[in-house]
Amino acid sequence: MLQKIYDWVDERVDITPLWRDIADHEVPEHVNPAHHFSAFVYCFGGLTFFITVIQILSGMFLTMYYVPDIENAWKSVYYLQREVAYGQIVRGMHHWGASLVIVMLFLHTLRVFFQGAYKKPRELNWVIGVLLFFVMLGLGFTGYLLPWDNKAYFATQVGLEIAAATPFIGDQIRTLLAGDPSIVGAQTLTRFFAIHVFFLPAALFGLMAFHFVLIRKQGITGPL
Amino acid sequence: MSDKKRVSRRQFLNYTLTGVGGFMAAGMLAPMVRFAIDPVLTKKESGDFVSVASVDEITNEPQRFEWTIDQVDAWYESEVQKTAWVYRNENDEIVALSPICTHLGCTVDWASNEEYPNEFFCPCHGGRYKKNGENIPGTPPTAPLPHFEFKVEEGMLYLGEAKDTGGGV
Repeated sequence: MLQKIYDWVDERVDITPLWRDIADHEVPEHVNPAHHFSAFVYCFGGLTFFITVIQILSGMFLTMYYVPDIENAWKSVYYLQREVAYGQIVRGMHHWGASLVIVMLFLHTLRVFFQGAYKKPRELNWVIGVLLFFVMLGLGFTGYLLPWDNKAYFATQVGLEIAAATPFIGDQIRTLLAGDPSIVGAQTLTRFFAIHVFFLPAALFGLMAFHFVLIRKQGITGPL
Repeated sequence: MSDKKRVSRRQFLNYTLTGVGGFMAAGMLAPMVRFAIDPVLTKKESGDFVSVASVDEITNEPQRFEWTIDQVDAWYESEVQKTAWVYRNENDEIVALSPICTHLGCTVDWASNEEYPNEFFCPCHGGRYKKNGENIPGTPPTAPLPHFEFKVEEGMLYLGEAKDTGGGV
Protein backbone atom coordinates (compact mmCIF):
# COMPACT_ATOMS: atom_id res chain seq x y z
CA MET A 1 0.00 0.00 0.00
CA LEU A 2 2.65 2.50 1.12
CA GLN A 3 4.92 1.29 -1.65
CA LYS A 4 2.13 1.91 -4.18
CA ILE A 5 1.53 5.46 -2.90
CA TYR A 6 5.26 6.10 -3.03
CA ASP A 7 5.53 4.70 -6.56
CA TRP A 8 2.55 6.79 -7.70
CA VAL A 9 4.16 9.99 -6.43
CA ASP A 10 7.66 9.00 -7.57
CA GLU A 11 6.49 8.22 -11.08
CA ARG A 12 5.16 11.76 -11.43
CA VAL A 13 7.51 13.87 -9.31
CA ASP A 14 10.71 11.77 -9.21
CA ILE A 15 11.30 12.14 -5.48
CA THR A 16 13.86 9.33 -5.12
CA PRO A 17 16.93 11.48 -5.93
CA LEU A 18 15.71 14.05 -3.36
CA TRP A 19 15.81 11.79 -0.34
CA ARG A 20 18.73 9.70 -1.64
CA ASP A 21 20.81 12.84 -1.71
CA ILE A 22 19.93 13.51 1.96
CA ALA A 23 19.81 10.03 3.46
CA ASP A 24 21.79 7.64 1.30
CA HIS A 25 25.49 8.12 1.84
CA GLU A 26 28.21 5.93 3.24
CA VAL A 27 29.29 6.17 6.85
CA PRO A 28 33.11 5.90 6.89
CA GLU A 29 34.54 3.17 9.08
CA HIS A 30 36.20 5.55 11.51
CA VAL A 31 32.87 7.22 12.45
CA ASN A 32 30.94 3.95 12.80
CA PRO A 33 30.66 2.78 16.43
CA ALA A 34 30.17 -0.79 15.16
CA HIS A 35 33.79 -0.76 14.03
CA HIS A 36 35.39 1.39 16.70
CA PHE A 37 33.33 1.92 19.82
CA SER A 38 35.11 5.20 20.55
CA ALA A 39 33.36 6.56 17.44
CA PHE A 40 30.30 7.20 19.64
CA VAL A 41 31.68 10.73 20.04
CA TYR A 42 30.41 11.39 16.51
CA CYS A 43 26.85 10.93 17.78
CA PHE A 44 26.73 14.12 19.82
CA GLY A 45 25.86 16.36 16.90
CA GLY A 46 22.99 14.10 15.92
CA LEU A 47 21.84 13.88 19.53
CA THR A 48 21.85 17.67 19.77
CA PHE A 49 19.61 17.74 16.69
CA PHE A 50 17.35 14.99 18.07
CA ILE A 51 16.79 16.88 21.33
CA THR A 52 16.24 20.09 19.38
CA VAL A 53 13.43 18.32 17.52
CA ILE A 54 11.91 17.27 20.87
CA GLN A 55 12.19 20.87 22.07
CA ILE A 56 10.43 22.20 18.97
CA LEU A 57 7.60 19.65 19.20
CA SER A 58 7.02 19.89 22.95
CA GLY A 59 7.23 23.70 22.72
CA MET A 60 4.61 23.78 19.98
CA PHE A 61 2.26 21.70 22.10
CA LEU A 62 2.88 23.77 25.25
CA THR A 63 1.74 26.96 23.48
CA MET A 64 -1.72 25.35 23.18
CA TYR A 65 -2.20 26.14 26.87
CA TYR A 66 0.39 28.77 27.75
CA VAL A 67 -0.47 32.49 27.88
CA PRO A 68 2.33 35.10 27.79
CA ASP A 69 0.64 37.51 30.17
CA ILE A 70 1.67 38.44 33.71
CA GLU A 71 -1.81 37.73 35.10
CA ASN A 72 -2.21 34.33 33.51
CA ALA A 73 1.24 32.94 32.64
CA TRP A 74 1.86 31.22 35.96
CA LYS A 75 -1.77 30.08 36.26
CA SER A 76 -1.77 28.59 32.76
CA VAL A 77 1.46 26.71 33.42
CA TYR A 78 0.05 25.43 36.74
CA TYR A 79 -3.14 24.39 34.96
CA LEU A 80 -1.46 22.58 32.07
CA GLN A 81 0.83 20.77 34.49
CA ARG A 82 -1.79 19.81 37.08
CA GLU A 83 -5.03 19.42 35.16
CA VAL A 84 -4.19 18.45 31.59
CA ALA A 85 -3.38 14.81 30.82
CA TYR A 86 0.38 14.29 30.33
CA GLY A 87 0.94 17.99 30.99
CA GLN A 88 3.67 17.20 33.47
CA ILE A 89 5.39 14.96 30.93
CA VAL A 90 5.19 17.39 28.02
CA ARG A 91 6.42 20.28 30.17
CA GLY A 92 9.03 17.94 31.66
CA MET A 93 10.32 17.11 28.18
CA HIS A 94 10.72 20.81 27.41
CA HIS A 95 12.22 21.62 30.82
CA TRP A 96 14.80 18.80 30.97
CA GLY A 97 15.43 18.85 27.24
CA ALA A 98 16.46 22.49 27.54
CA SER A 99 19.32 21.51 29.85
CA LEU A 100 20.19 18.35 27.95
CA VAL A 101 20.46 20.14 24.62
CA ILE A 102 23.12 22.44 26.09
CA VAL A 103 25.01 19.40 27.42
CA MET A 104 24.91 17.65 24.03
CA LEU A 105 25.88 20.84 22.24
CA PHE A 106 28.84 21.22 24.59
CA LEU A 107 30.00 17.61 24.07
CA HIS A 108 29.66 18.04 20.30
CA THR A 109 31.78 21.21 20.48
CA LEU A 110 34.42 19.43 22.59
CA ARG A 111 34.64 16.58 20.05
CA VAL A 112 35.07 19.01 17.16
CA PHE A 113 37.62 21.00 19.13
CA PHE A 114 39.82 18.13 20.32
CA GLN A 115 39.77 16.37 16.96
CA GLY A 116 40.72 19.61 15.26
CA ALA A 117 37.73 19.11 12.98
CA TYR A 118 37.24 22.88 12.75
CA LYS A 119 40.42 23.36 10.67
CA LYS A 120 40.49 24.38 7.03
CA PRO A 121 38.25 23.98 5.05
CA ARG A 122 35.67 23.74 7.89
CA GLU A 123 36.27 27.06 9.69
CA LEU A 124 33.00 28.51 8.42
CA ASN A 125 30.99 25.62 9.89
CA TRP A 126 32.69 26.19 13.24
CA VAL A 127 31.61 29.83 13.12
CA ILE A 128 28.03 28.79 12.33
CA GLY A 129 28.21 26.31 15.19
CA VAL A 130 29.24 29.05 17.60
CA LEU A 131 26.32 31.19 16.37
CA LEU A 132 24.02 28.20 16.97
CA PHE A 133 25.40 27.99 20.49
CA PHE A 134 24.53 31.67 21.09
CA VAL A 135 21.02 31.13 19.71
CA MET A 136 20.58 28.18 22.08
CA LEU A 137 21.73 30.27 25.03
CA GLY A 138 19.24 32.95 23.95
CA LEU A 139 16.46 30.37 23.82
CA GLY A 140 17.42 29.20 27.30
CA PHE A 141 17.50 32.74 28.67
CA THR A 142 14.16 33.82 27.17
CA GLY A 143 12.44 30.51 27.94
CA TYR A 144 13.46 30.70 31.58
CA LEU A 145 11.23 33.73 32.18
CA LEU A 146 8.06 32.28 30.65
CA PRO A 147 6.70 30.31 33.67
CA TRP A 148 6.65 33.70 35.48
CA ASP A 149 7.51 32.30 38.90
CA ASN A 150 9.95 33.81 41.39
CA LYS A 151 12.97 31.97 40.04
CA ALA A 152 12.15 33.07 36.50
CA TYR A 153 11.62 36.68 37.54
CA PHE A 154 14.84 37.11 39.49
CA ALA A 155 16.97 35.16 37.02
CA THR A 156 15.78 37.53 34.31
CA GLN A 157 16.42 40.50 36.59
CA VAL A 158 20.03 39.33 36.90
CA GLY A 159 20.34 38.57 33.20
CA LEU A 160 19.09 42.03 32.31
CA GLU A 161 21.59 43.61 34.72
CA ILE A 162 24.36 41.69 32.98
CA ALA A 163 23.14 42.95 29.61
CA ALA A 164 23.01 46.47 31.08
CA ALA A 165 26.71 46.19 31.98
CA THR A 166 27.60 46.41 28.27
CA PRO A 167 29.82 49.52 27.72
CA PHE A 168 28.13 52.63 26.28
CA ILE A 169 24.87 51.04 25.07
CA GLY A 170 24.09 48.85 28.09
CA ASP A 171 20.98 50.74 29.17
CA GLN A 172 19.59 50.73 25.64
CA ILE A 173 20.12 46.98 25.34
CA ARG A 174 18.35 46.38 28.64
CA THR A 175 15.39 48.52 27.58
CA LEU A 176 15.26 46.78 24.22
CA LEU A 177 15.11 43.38 25.93
CA ALA A 178 12.81 44.30 28.83
CA GLY A 179 10.55 46.71 26.95
CA ASP A 180 10.87 49.24 29.77
CA PRO A 181 13.83 51.09 31.33
CA SER A 182 13.08 50.00 34.90
CA ILE A 183 10.22 47.48 35.05
CA VAL A 184 10.56 43.75 34.49
CA GLY A 185 6.91 43.07 33.76
CA ALA A 186 4.16 42.81 31.19
CA GLN A 187 6.23 44.00 28.25
CA THR A 188 9.24 41.92 29.25
CA LEU A 189 7.16 38.76 29.23
CA THR A 190 5.57 39.36 25.82
CA ARG A 191 8.94 40.30 24.32
CA PHE A 192 10.66 37.25 25.73
CA PHE A 193 7.81 35.07 24.47
CA ALA A 194 8.02 36.50 20.95
CA ILE A 195 11.81 36.11 20.91
CA HIS A 196 11.54 32.58 22.31
CA VAL A 197 8.93 31.19 19.90
CA PHE A 198 9.43 33.23 16.71
CA PHE A 199 12.69 35.12 16.33
CA LEU A 200 15.25 32.72 17.78
CA PRO A 201 13.69 29.54 16.30
CA ALA A 202 13.75 31.23 12.88
CA ALA A 203 17.45 31.99 13.33
CA LEU A 204 17.98 28.45 14.63
CA PHE A 205 16.36 26.83 11.58
CA GLY A 206 18.36 28.94 9.14
CA LEU A 207 21.67 28.28 10.87
CA MET A 208 20.97 24.55 11.27
CA ALA A 209 20.16 24.23 7.57
CA PHE A 210 23.42 25.98 6.72
CA HIS A 211 25.32 23.78 9.22
CA PHE A 212 23.99 20.58 7.62
CA VAL A 213 24.43 21.72 4.02
CA LEU A 214 28.09 22.42 4.75
CA ILE A 215 28.56 18.98 6.33
CA ARG A 216 27.15 17.32 3.19
CA LYS A 217 29.21 19.58 0.96
CA GLN A 218 32.52 19.12 2.77
CA GLY A 219 32.06 15.60 4.09
CA ILE A 220 33.07 14.35 7.50
CA THR A 221 36.67 14.81 8.67
CA GLY A 222 39.09 11.96 8.06
CA PRO A 223 40.41 9.61 10.78
CA LEU A 224 42.77 11.08 13.37
CA MET B 1 13.55 -23.26 4.37
CA SER B 2 13.36 -22.15 0.78
CA ASP B 3 15.21 -19.07 -0.37
CA LYS B 4 11.96 -17.29 -1.11
CA LYS B 5 10.85 -17.30 2.51
CA ARG B 6 14.20 -16.24 3.91
CA VAL B 7 14.39 -12.73 5.26
CA SER B 8 17.51 -11.12 3.91
CA ARG B 9 19.93 -9.32 6.19
CA ARG B 10 18.94 -6.03 4.56
CA GLN B 11 15.23 -6.69 5.07
CA PHE B 12 15.74 -7.75 8.66
CA LEU B 13 17.66 -4.57 9.42
CA ASN B 14 15.05 -2.49 7.61
CA TYR B 15 12.24 -3.99 9.69
CA THR B 16 13.99 -3.76 13.04
CA LEU B 17 15.30 -0.24 12.51
CA THR B 18 11.90 0.99 11.28
CA GLY B 19 10.28 -0.72 14.25
CA VAL B 20 12.65 0.76 16.81
CA GLY B 21 12.48 4.18 15.16
CA GLY B 22 8.69 4.04 15.05
CA PHE B 23 8.56 3.01 18.70
CA MET B 24 10.77 5.93 19.71
CA ALA B 25 8.78 8.40 17.64
CA ALA B 26 5.53 7.08 19.12
CA GLY B 27 6.94 7.31 22.64
CA MET B 28 7.82 10.92 21.96
CA LEU B 29 4.61 11.94 20.24
CA ALA B 30 2.04 9.99 22.28
CA PRO B 31 2.20 12.22 25.41
CA MET B 32 2.10 15.35 23.28
CA VAL B 33 -0.90 14.22 21.26
CA ARG B 34 -2.78 13.09 24.37
CA PHE B 35 -1.93 16.47 25.94
CA ALA B 36 -3.33 18.30 22.92
CA ILE B 37 -6.60 16.34 22.65
CA ASP B 38 -7.32 16.48 26.39
CA PRO B 39 -10.22 18.97 26.05
CA VAL B 40 -11.99 16.57 23.69
CA LEU B 41 -11.69 13.67 26.14
CA THR B 42 -12.48 15.55 29.35
CA LYS B 43 -15.96 14.72 30.61
CA LYS B 44 -18.14 17.78 30.95
CA GLU B 45 -19.47 17.99 34.48
CA SER B 46 -23.18 18.70 34.56
CA GLY B 47 -24.02 22.11 35.92
CA ASP B 48 -25.88 22.69 39.16
CA PHE B 49 -29.45 23.86 39.34
CA VAL B 50 -29.68 27.55 40.14
CA SER B 51 -32.65 29.35 41.69
CA VAL B 52 -33.90 31.73 39.03
CA ALA B 53 -37.33 33.06 40.01
CA SER B 54 -40.36 32.56 42.19
CA VAL B 55 -42.98 30.31 40.61
CA ASP B 56 -45.59 33.02 41.23
CA GLU B 57 -43.87 35.28 38.72
CA ILE B 58 -44.35 32.83 35.86
CA THR B 59 -47.30 33.74 33.64
CA ASN B 60 -48.74 32.41 30.42
CA GLU B 61 -46.73 34.99 28.50
CA PRO B 62 -43.00 34.12 28.05
CA GLN B 63 -40.87 36.28 30.32
CA ARG B 64 -37.18 36.83 30.24
CA PHE B 65 -35.33 35.70 33.40
CA GLU B 66 -31.64 36.26 34.01
CA TRP B 67 -29.25 34.70 36.48
CA THR B 68 -25.49 34.29 36.83
CA ILE B 69 -23.36 31.19 37.19
CA ASP B 70 -19.73 30.80 38.27
CA GLN B 71 -17.90 29.60 35.21
CA VAL B 72 -14.51 27.90 35.50
CA ASP B 73 -12.68 28.18 32.19
CA ALA B 74 -9.37 26.35 32.74
CA TRP B 75 -7.30 28.88 34.74
CA TYR B 76 -9.90 31.67 34.43
CA GLU B 77 -12.93 31.92 36.68
CA SER B 78 -15.72 34.39 36.05
CA GLU B 79 -19.42 35.04 36.49
CA VAL B 80 -21.43 34.50 33.35
CA GLN B 81 -24.96 35.71 32.75
CA LYS B 82 -27.55 33.21 31.54
CA THR B 83 -30.98 33.93 30.13
CA ALA B 84 -34.17 31.89 29.74
CA TRP B 85 -37.67 32.50 28.41
CA VAL B 86 -40.10 31.00 30.93
CA TYR B 87 -43.91 30.62 30.80
CA ARG B 88 -46.74 28.25 31.66
CA ASN B 89 -48.32 26.47 28.73
CA GLU B 90 -52.02 25.66 28.30
CA ASN B 91 -51.62 22.50 30.46
CA ASP B 92 -50.17 24.67 33.25
CA GLU B 93 -46.73 23.10 32.78
CA ILE B 94 -43.62 25.24 33.09
CA VAL B 95 -41.59 25.69 29.91
CA ALA B 96 -38.10 27.22 30.05
CA LEU B 97 -36.53 27.88 26.68
CA SER B 98 -32.96 28.83 25.82
CA PRO B 99 -32.72 32.09 23.86
CA ILE B 100 -29.86 30.79 21.70
CA CYS B 101 -31.00 30.50 18.09
CA THR B 102 -30.31 27.03 16.69
CA HIS B 103 -29.34 28.54 13.35
CA LEU B 104 -26.09 30.37 14.14
CA GLY B 105 -26.28 31.19 17.83
CA CYS B 106 -27.78 34.69 17.95
CA THR B 107 -30.19 35.63 20.74
CA VAL B 108 -33.90 35.34 20.06
CA ASP B 109 -36.56 37.62 21.53
CA TRP B 110 -40.22 37.02 22.28
CA ALA B 111 -42.65 39.00 20.09
CA SER B 112 -39.98 41.52 19.12
CA ASN B 113 -41.14 41.60 15.50
CA GLU B 114 -44.47 43.33 14.96
CA GLU B 115 -45.41 40.99 12.12
CA TYR B 116 -45.05 37.89 14.32
CA PRO B 117 -46.49 38.86 17.73
CA ASN B 118 -46.76 35.30 19.07
CA GLU B 119 -43.41 33.94 18.06
CA PHE B 120 -39.78 33.99 19.09
CA PHE B 121 -37.87 36.02 16.55
CA CYS B 122 -34.16 36.07 15.77
CA PRO B 123 -33.02 39.42 14.35
CA CYS B 124 -29.89 38.08 12.67
CA HIS B 125 -31.44 36.13 9.80
CA GLY B 126 -35.18 36.28 10.55
CA GLY B 127 -35.40 32.87 12.24
CA ARG B 128 -38.78 32.22 13.90
CA TYR B 129 -40.05 29.77 16.51
CA LYS B 130 -43.53 28.98 17.84
CA LYS B 131 -44.32 29.67 21.47
CA ASN B 132 -43.40 26.06 22.39
CA GLY B 133 -39.95 26.55 20.88
CA GLU B 134 -40.61 24.65 17.67
CA ASN B 135 -38.88 26.20 14.68
CA ILE B 136 -41.10 27.41 11.86
CA PRO B 137 -40.38 25.73 8.51
CA GLY B 138 -39.04 28.05 5.84
CA THR B 139 -37.00 30.11 8.31
CA PRO B 140 -33.25 29.49 8.85
CA PRO B 141 -33.29 27.38 12.08
CA THR B 142 -33.41 23.61 11.59
CA ALA B 143 -34.07 22.58 15.22
CA PRO B 144 -36.31 23.75 18.08
CA LEU B 145 -34.98 25.99 20.86
CA PRO B 146 -33.29 23.94 23.60
CA HIS B 147 -35.28 23.40 26.82
CA PHE B 148 -33.73 24.08 30.22
CA GLU B 149 -33.92 21.27 32.74
CA PHE B 150 -35.87 22.61 35.68
CA LYS B 151 -37.24 21.73 39.08
CA VAL B 152 -39.51 23.53 41.51
CA GLU B 153 -38.62 23.56 45.19
CA GLU B 154 -40.35 25.60 47.88
CA GLY B 155 -42.00 27.84 45.36
CA MET B 156 -38.79 28.65 43.53
CA LEU B 157 -37.89 27.70 39.97
CA TYR B 158 -34.46 26.12 39.56
CA LEU B 159 -32.89 25.87 36.11
CA GLY B 160 -30.08 23.55 35.04
CA GLU B 161 -28.58 22.78 31.65
CA ALA B 162 -30.22 23.64 28.34
CA LYS B 163 -30.85 20.40 26.44
CA ASP B 164 -31.58 19.97 22.76
CA THR B 165 -34.98 18.39 22.37
CA GLY B 166 -34.11 16.99 18.97
CA GLY B 167 -36.57 16.71 16.13
CA GLY B 168 -37.21 19.93 14.36
CA VAL B 169 -38.87 20.65 11.09
